[in-house]
Amino acid sequence: MSMRSSSGDLRAEIRAIVASHEGDATELLAILREVQERWRSVSPEAITAIAEELDISRIHVEGTATFYHFFSERHAGNYTVYVNTSTTAEMAGAGAVIDAFERELGIKMGGNTPDNCVGLRSTSCIGMSDQEPAILINGTVFTEVSPARVKELVAAMRAQLPISSQVRPSEDGNNALPQIRAEVRNHIRRRGPVIFADYTAGEALRRAMELGSLEVVELIKASGLRGRGGAGFPTGQKWGLCRAAPADGRTVICNVDEGEPGTFKDRVLITERTEMVLEAMTIAGYAVEAKEGILYLRGEYAYLRPHLEKTLAELRSRQLLGRKILGTRFSFDIHIKQGAGAYICGEESALIESAEGKRGQPRNRPPFPVTSGYRHQPTIVNNPETLCCALRAVLKGADWFRALGTAASTGVKLLSVAGDCAEPGVYEVEWGLTVQDVLTLCKATDVLAVQVGGPSGVCVSERQFQRKLCYSDLSTGGAFTIFGKGRDLLSIVHNHMEFFRDESCGFCVPCRAGNVLLVKSLEKIMMGAGTAGDLVSIRKLGQLVKTASRCGLGQTAPNPLLTTLDNFPEHYADKVRSDVDFISQFSLEHAVVDACAAANRKPNLRKE
Amino acid sequence: MEQGYIKVTVDGVELMAKEGQSIVEAARDHSIPIPTLCDYKSLPAAGTCRICTVKVSGRFVPGCTTPVTYGMMVEYDTPELVDLRKGLIEMLFVEGNHMCPSCEKSGSCELQHLAYRFKVLAPRFPFLFPQRKIEAGLPHLLIEHNRCIQCLRCVRGVKAKDGHDLFGFVRRGNDIRITVDTSDPESLTERTAQRAMDICPVGALIKKRTAFSVPIGQRRFDHEDEP
Repeated sequence: MSMRSSSGDLRAEIRAIVASHEGDATELLAILREVQERWRSVSPEAITAIAEELDISRIHVEGTATFYHFFSERHAGNYTVYVNTSTTAEMAGAGAVIDAFERELGIKMGGNTPDNCVGLRSTSCIGMSDQEPAILINGTVFTEVSPARVKELVAAMRAQLPISSQVRPSEDGNNALPQIRAEVRNHIRRRGPVIFADYTAGEALRRAMELGSLEVVELIKASGLRGRGGAGFPTGQKWGLCRAAPADGRTVICNVDEGEPGTFKDRVLITERTEMVLEAMTIAGYAVEAKEGILYLRGEYAYLRPHLEKTLAELRSRQLLGRKILGTRFSFDIHIKQGAGAYICGEESALIESAEGKRGQPRNRPPFPVTSGYRHQPTIVNNPETLCCALRAVLKGADWFRALGTAASTGVKLLSVAGDCAEPGVYEVEWGLTVQDVLTLCKATDVLAVQVGGPSGVCVSERQFQRKLCYSDLSTGGAFTIFGKGRDLLSIVHNHMEFFRDESCGFCVPCRAGNVLLVKSLEKIMMGAGTAGDLVSIRKLGQLVKTASRCGLGQTAPNPLLTTLDNFPEHYADKVRSDVDFISQFSLEHAVVDACAAANRKPNLRKE
Repeated sequence: MEQGYIKVTVDGVELMAKEGQSIVEAARDHSIPIPTLCDYKSLPAAGTCRICTVKVSGRFVPGCTTPVTYGMMVEYDTPELVDLRKGLIEMLFVEGNHMCPSCEKSGSCELQHLAYRFKVLAPRFPFLFPQRKIEAGLPHLLIEHNRCIQCLRCVRGVKAKDGHDLFGFVRRGNDIRITVDTSDPESLTERTAQRAMDICPVGALIKKRTAFSVPIGQRRFDHEDEP
């Protein structure tokens, strides 16, 4: 692996890689992933070779390669260790795991061992919040990692053992299957009537075909189903608009790019309800008269890809997918596109850009994806949970579905419960439960705060534990992260704000610059240098970012700050100085750090 | 009603806009100067700067990428929106390193002009003083990243002869940068450099050896009070 290839080899190998993707530029991410895996970086020479082989602009390849977290300009180590540093990971001891890696490897976070054997990196939530600290090594997941385990893993990497040899497969459901064999647990704590009820592949698809495509769309409209990814757009309406848009071809995309810190229910869905998700995509394809389906899999879930591919092949052999499904004239097939570490790709138009092999930058709207999406064809992008709800509604009828949940929020919701509670995991609950109801279910006591819907959602305090989970009150994509009393709320907010700063695509000014400024403002307060005026400024800046940003990321990024300012004012009041009106952000001590380091001396500052 | 025209109201003033126009274009046709920065002549709108943000039915939308629709009620010149635009301009000033007195584009810089128009005296935000590079290695073009506002005008408006993109974004978030493709030096001719400099709203793209070809005092915005 460490052997250096001559440029002739590199060109020949890249030509072969590009050819294996039929020279298709929309497969750029897959090509870059293979290059990254083979050479442990995407070098300028590789970028040039890929651009020439695909006959696209070099700048396009470079732009895409540098956008995603899992592609690197420099060598990422023959083993690349990504330690998750999300809030739940930090609460579970990610700091000690990083310390152990640094100690055992003799390097700092972000560095490589001198022989490039191991590279140590941090990453945002990898969808394992109920089994932290979790890490990825060359795509393989390790959960509940302890400093002692780090020692073993480092020894194995030093001995150049295949990383799969270190996995201790879980026995929880399909994670034990040979094509998965992961250390991951499902932790399904509560099964409801929609997602985790009995399921037989093919039944719903047959039912849909009896109804006819237009009737399926009408049924979904009547069911009141709304998107489960967080935005809550009415699903039937989305399908109807797509179906009505004139087109040569339409596309159904299943958005398995759950990147919201604290959410992991889609990981469990595609592990345990694989056929259901794929059949539901096929029903959606039938309803909107599409021929092509894409399952967009977040890079962090690459370990589930063989299982998905195997299930796709089985469905094809059973005539539930592919040409002439169930002997009818309806043909529909699904292929997988894989992300490479970018939260923004959960936004539907950014996801479409990414699926086309580009930077994951959201598009301007209009046009909306339902009229011009993937390859400018009418496209629906649905969360896998939404699709499974639609499948069950087709089987059981709109009235049955409407009877679940509340009048305006029909059906069930999967919650990803994590943090300070006895039973973290996935809960299938009807809409309308209160925050307290969920806390009781997962056996959480002495709760300081609950982050509902992840950092982009709302952070609620005890005073609001009677609020309901539903679209009109506390809407949620499913993340339900619990912080116990004694947790430092401001450092949690800081973690979430850094997340948005780092995951902003950088396209528009308010999100790109505003989130940097918000993090700085919060740090000023955390340092004890904030005043009441700073809190007012933060609110105004937060509002500006929300108002002027181009997509959902920027429009929700200030929420960690704004919702805790509203719901936990005392945590800020404790930190700000009330004796002065203004404190400059300037710190002489900080300003002379570089100069002092260069001169190799300590700052000699007279304290006032 | 004339075919292909639709009625739109901007700050209470009714006007007839051509179907398919953006809010900014329709307003411009009726001498309503919605300020823009990333928007440039006939290039496809990008929507990076958000300075043209207006309010339609209570929602904030960019005027450059939002097409007019029948009966649309647009709020444009309200204290709330003026402050929002001013805030965005101030963000651009603290995000980069903009030293007007030493900049070749001073007087013909659109960011500087907007700052005067919106009476920016000192930004409300702390300066970030990022460390950015100056790329001086190309024969005809100087790239001053300290001044770049990532508006994408060069990306949209300057192409290689074969149609390939010459400029593009690399990296993301606050690290995002405009980069030029140097793999084919033939493409970066003197004419391309001139085009890039003309199209750049600030002093990030400078054609080499042309300093002060227009003297200070005779530049585009030197005597202009209105946009």
